Order: sequence, then structure tokens, then C-alpha cells
Amino acid sequence: MWKLIFFRLLKAIPVLLVIATITFFMLRLTPGGPFDREKPIKDPEIKKQLEAHYGLDKPLSAQYLEFLGKLMVGDLGPSFKHSNRTVNEVIVKAFPVSAELGLWSLLVALGLGLTAGMIASIRPNSFLDYTPMTLAMVGICVPTFVMGPILILVFSLKLEWFNASGWDQWADRVLPALTLGGVYAAYVARLTRGGMLEVMSQDYIRTARAKGASEARVLLKHGLRGGLMPVVAFLGPAVAGLISGSFVVETIFQIPGLGRHFVEAAFNRDYTMVMGTVLFFAALIILLNLLVDIIQVWLNPRLRGT
Amino acid sequence: MFHRFIVPVLVCLMLGCGKSSTSKKSDNPSVHPQILNLGNGAEPEGLDPHVVTGVPEHNVLVALIEGLVGEDPKDLHPVPGVAERWENSEDGLVWTFHLRSNARWSTGDTVTAQDFVLSYKRMLSPKLASQYAYMLHVVKNAKEFNAGKIKDFSRVGFEAVDEHTLKITLAGPTPYFLSLLNHYSWFPVHIPTVKKYGPVDSPNNPWTRPGNFVGNGPFVLDKWEVNDVIVVKKSPTYWDKAKVSLKEINFKPISSAEVEERAFRSGQIHVSNTIPLNKIDVYRKKNPQDLRLDPYLGVYFYRLNVTEPPLDNKKVRQALGLAIDRESLVRNVLRGADKPTTFFTPPDTGGYTYNGGPKISFDPDRASRLLAEAGYPQGKGFPKLKLLYNTSEAHQRIAEAIQQMWQNNLKVQIELTNEEWKVYLNTQQKMEYQVSRAGWIGDYNDPNTFLDMWLTGGGNNYTGFANEKFDQLIASASQESDSQKRFSLFGKAEEILLDEMPIIPIYHYTSKYLASPKVKGWHPTILNHHPYKHVSIKPGD
Repeated sequence: MWKLIFFRLLKAIPVLLVIATITFFMLRLTPGGPFDREKPIKDPEIKKQLEAHYGLDKPLSAQYLEFLGKLMVGDLGPSFKHSNRTVNEVIVKAFPVSAELGLWSLLVALGLGLTAGMIASIRPNSFLDYTPMTLAMVGICVPTFVMGPILILVFSLKLEWFNASGWDQWADRVLPALTLGGVYAAYVARLTRGGMLEVMSQDYIRTARAKGASEARVLLKHGLRGGLMPVVAFLGPAVAGLISGSFVVETIFQIPGLGRHFVEAAFNRDYTMVMGTVLFFAALIILLNLLVDIIQVWLNPRLRGT
Repeated sequence: MFHRFIVPVLVCLMLGCGKSSTSKKSDNPSVHPQILNLGNGAEPEGLDPHVVTGVPEHNVLVALIEGLVGEDPKDLHPVPGVAERWENSEDGLVWTFHLRSNARWSTGDTVTAQDFVLSYKRMLSPKLASQYAYMLHVVKNAKEFNAGKIKDFSRVGFEAVDEHTLKITLAGPTPYFLSLLNHYSWFPVHIPTVKKYGPVDSPNNPWTRPGNFVGNGPFVLDKWEVNDVIVVKKSPTYWDKAKVSLKEINFKPISSAEVEERAFRSGQIHVSNTIPLNKIDVYRKKNPQDLRLDPYLGVYFYRLNVTEPPLDNKKVRQALGLAIDRESLVRNVLRGADKPTTFFTPPDTGGYTYNGGPKISFDPDRASRLLAEAGYPQGKGFPKLKLLYNTSEAHQRIAEAIQQMWQNNLKVQIELTNEEWKVYLNTQQKMEYQVSRAGWIGDYNDPNTFLDMWLTGGGNNYTGFANEKFDQLIASASQESDSQKRFSLFGKAEEILLDEMPIIPIYHYTSKYLASPKVKGWHPTILNHHPYKHVSIKPGD
């Protein structure tokens, strides 16, 4: 197991390097620069000074090497747009917010999704199956930018239970988590149902029943462990998606998370911020996928030793 | 389980909860009296007045720092700020400002004339590469120092005569000089503080963080959470603190107009930055007291690339200009919120309103005659024109309407292309377009900021327009100190601009936003400035 982890981490280094290189050059090839704006800099001298300050006057290869050099020591440089902040600072400040939103959403996704999926799998093709599955389908189909405003209209503006936007109090977590988690809950429900139905027809479940285990024990101990496999496989990228922040949900609810920085940086041609967020997310996804692989091995004895 | 929340949602939808669009306004417990919550558009780039460039930055900075002069809350004319009085020499070149002795930094230090001189030295230092440094170029030798041609700052027209007397010598008479001083590029910074946190001429200096920031304005910086809120609190050291009613202002960087509108409706903000176009009619009908449509110092127009056929032909350009029904465009596409226009400089810009000859009214017959004279009768043989705009629903709707007007009235084919913001800017700057959507907001309240951009080779021209007579008129206007004569020179210049038509003016902007009637002292002003020391929240609410 340790060997697996070690080699996977080792392999991550060239992957990140390739991502960094591609992003770096694609970004520089995109038309428009960080200092282009509606009222452009009148004075060519000023523009030159500004570019010199940020090292943009050097040849691209030199800029690239300098970037790699700084990356090695973990320095992502100052943001071009928010000139008195470094990219490191922005990530350190905004990522926990996105991660918190992601974790609440994950809770919603698992809580709603697993329950609905299990209920549906107990009596397949009955009312108990169709109701949660129809709702799950609706959940998959309604995008967050529709669900978010609907929840705000109902629970903030009509019932006045929650704030319409912001991230100050505990209650501010509820609507964003429902919005973001709802979509994932729907997927989890469908995957759980499928996984459970497959597992419940296996021989070892019959054995468990034959040995006199209670139905609840069969379902939760023997069934769920196997039935969760597809959910766990889905959770890897899902968790990465959840905690890396959703631009849409963060915008709708005015949440100061990393997802907004990620998208806005690209619009602003904030070179350093784009590089920083891309690499951070790439590393995060690699780590989470590794984590999922480990959990899968733990859940499924058949994968051990491979 | 899933249905536990989705069912109430659906039920509510069926019962029509969603239709209650603008009626509710809860009294949010977090909204205390004399705490003003503002929607501020985007997250400010920073709070260093010598580095930043935008409007959200302005909105925060004027709370934190006070310049030599302030603004009248109703018409924005210059009123005493740090300077309690000033004189101008007879030739208009030398301004002497007498600073009040009780003006204080938030550290308690006195604001001195030397503070201003050092601030301007920083602003103009080539290494800081301030993008708004040109605002100071009206001062003698400022441009040269800024470009690094002069190294000795004492040759630049700033002089601290004594602790409380500042003398500024200009390069030429500048009748709008005082209104320039309200721009944050002219604000002083506390140099010892800047030096404490880094090199004085580095744009990345963190002196503007909460805890570090030192200002001399009516408020002090309390909290700054990126993409969340900037909180400023009433300053105990401000010289005019008795006049300041607000205890606190929260600036919320809500970039989506829809999100902001919901925050306004739920009572989380008192004044919004903007309003979604499709909500204007709703507010007109249901909550007109909240809706504000104030004339604004900006113009929406199309640039024409005059260096390439067929737009190198003046008659073609005029035909295009005359074939747009601006009244209908504004009424139907913009919900009547902006002002259709027949000229370029917004009316009453620093007292100037264009009243010269050729206005570009809607005249489809003349337009198609002009096109025929140019060699394209009924649009025959006219090449397909490309109309460029930056990707946005509003610009697209306008472009589609104009495309249709041109096709109907002139029988010419128009192709719409949209590009992402920075790509669009790049295309426009390289002049790789034929027709391009544009907008211009005045830097200061004077026609010069709208007209000097069309000088031959001007930094923001991008049309290829070059006219010697126009250049001469603008040059003589900049030397003229009599405002009537000056305006008549500007009028003649604008007449040439409208006749040559390298640009097609479409409408003048209004500031479209929502403001709670509880907020007092929030007057409509052409720059959408609202000096906070005159703003209060009606007690009892």
C-alpha cells in the first residue's frame, strides 16, 4: 500500500509539470494581457515600466524558467489584478471557504443520496422506488443556477428564513449546500440504487440471510459495503469538484471562495493567479483520486494485492 | 428524503411565491441605524489610490482619504477639503492651496503640504508606473518626470511653501483643474506608513491592508475580506467628524446584478451598484421609490475603422449613423433607461452641452441617399460589414437591433461577431475591426475628457480618425481660460467629429441602481459620486 502511495505521488510530479507548462503557454498565447482595459494606458512608457515590474518584458522562455524556479520554492508571485496580495495568500484565504461549502454539500449529497438510493433499492419498481428516483432525475436536470435562485426566492425572500446572500452566519451555509449538494445527491441516489440492486442478488447476501442475520444487518453491513463501490468511484472527482468551489454557486450566494478567483482570474488575464489556482486544483484532484483508490482497495478485497 | 425540500419548493412555485418579486423588504436585524450597506460591483483591485484604476476602488477610497478639495453632494462643485481655501494666479497657472491646520491622518499626525508633495512624487515616479499618472500631467514638468526625462522632482510644479501652504504650477491654463482634484490619483497618502511596509514605489506594497492603512478621510479601514466585504468605520481624527452621520459603511462586491438585486430586496444592502435590465419595468410598476435612473457622464457609441473601405468613405459612415433609430432602440431594448443621443459629449458635462450644426438624428431617406452617392444604391455592391462587440447579452441585443436597422434602412448585410472582453480590447486596439462597440466614461467633469481622445494618434482613438483642424481646436481650447470661448471651441471640434463620423454616438448613460428611501443625502450626480459625510440613514427605520 505504501509503495502504491509513493509511486502515485512520484508520478504526480511530471503530470503537474505538464499541466503547468501547457497552462503557462496557452495563457500567454491568449489575446489580451493583464493590463489591457477599456481605458488603456495612455503612456507607452508607463506600460513598459509596468511590464518590467512584473517581468513581462523578458522573453517568454525566460519568464517560463523564472516561473518554474519560483514554483519550486512554492512562490506563486503577486496577483496582477489585486496588486497588494500574493496568490499564495488568496488561495490560503479562499480555499477553506470553498472546502467548507464542499463538505456541507457532500454531507447533503451523501445524506440525501444514500438514503434515497437505499430506499429505492429495497422494493425495486414500486412507489418507494419511483418517487425518490424521479426526484433524483429532477435534481440532475435542474442546474444549480436555476435551483439556487429558486431556493433564495422561497426561503429568503418569501419565508425569510435565510439571508439571500453572504457567508457570515451558520445559517448562510444551508441554501448553498442544498443547491450544490442537491445535484450530487441525485447522482449518488441513482448510483446507490444500482449498486445495491446488484449486490443484493449476490450469493454472499443469500449466505448472510441464511445464517440468520437480520434484514437491517444484511442491508447495512453486507449490502452497503459492496453497494457503495460505484458511489465511491464517483466520489473521487465529485469531492474534488465540490471542495474546489463552484463558480456558479459561489456567485449566486456571494461566497468568498476559490471558485470565483479561479474563473475571474482567467477573465482578468491574471497570469499568476491562473497558474496558481490551476496547479492547486490539479494537485488537489490528484490527491483525492489517490485517496479514492485507497478507499476502494479497503472496501473491495478483490483489488488488494494488485 | 430529497423531496423534503423539493416538495415545498414546487408547492410554493405553484402557489406563486416567486411572483412576489419586489414587494418584500424585511428589516434585517443586521442592518443597524447609521450602518450603510452598499453594493459595490466588483472586488476592488486594491486600495492604493496611486495604483488602482476603477470605480469600485473610487467608492471605497473617497471614504478613507480626502483630497485638497471635496465635492458638493448635489452638483459636485469643488468645496473645501483638506484645503480650506485657494487662489488662482491671474494667468491661471499658479494655484495656492491653504491647508486647514486641524486636518489629521488617522495616526493623529497633521496633514501637511509636504505630505501632498511627497504623494505626488510617488504618484509620478516612473517605477510605480501608475496608470492614472497622466491625470497629473497638467502640472509643469510632471509628464517629463513621469517619463523619466527629468530626475529632479524639485523642477516639477509642486511646492510646499510652508507646512500649510501648497503651491501648484501648471503647464498651461486648465480651467477644469479643481475638478481633477476629486480624482483619487490626486489623493495624498501617508508616506511614512507606505515606507514602513515596503518600497515606496512598489505597486505590491501591502500598506493598504486593514491594520496598516492610514488615511485622512471621514472613515477608517476596519476590515477587508476579499470577495466578501470591506468595512469602514467613522474616523475619530477627521477634522469634520461632527458632520459625519454614518457610523459604518459596508462595501459588498456583488458582481452579478441578479444576485445584488435579491440582496437589495431582502434588505441586505441599502443601495445597489446596478440593476438587471429586465427588472427596470418591474420596479417602475411596483416599487418606483426604490428605482434610480440618474444621468451619468458616459456615452455608448460605435467606433468605425476609417482606414479601410468601405468605411474610409465619409458618406458611408454618415449613412450608417443616420440609419439608427435611437429612440426606438432605447425604448425597446434598453427599457427606456438611458438617453438616446444625437451627439457625443454628454449634456451638461462641466457646463458644456453640444448645440452645433449636424446632429445625427434618425433619417433613413437621407441615409440611403448618402449611401447611393457613395456608390452603393440600395446597398448594391456594399461588402458585408463586421460588427464587433464584447460578449454580453446587453451588447448583443443592441447590436442585433442596429443590425436590423441597417439591413432594413440601407439594405446592407451586417455580420455580428462577439469576443471575450480582453480579446475584444486587443482587436480594437490593433484596429482589426470594421465597426466596434465602445463606451467611454469621463475621467473628470469636463468636455476635454470626451474630445481629446480623438486627437490624431490619440491613445484611445483606435479609429484612424485624423483631422488637423480638430487637433488645432482642441489645442486652442486647452490654452483658453474663458469658459464660454472654450466651450465654443469644443463645440466646433465636436461638430467636425460628428460630421466626419469616425464614431456613431448611440446613447448617453444613466446610472441605473436601486436605493432605499431610508438613505438620505444620496443625490443624483453626473459622476455618480455621493460624498458619504453628507449621507445618513433616516432614524426610526
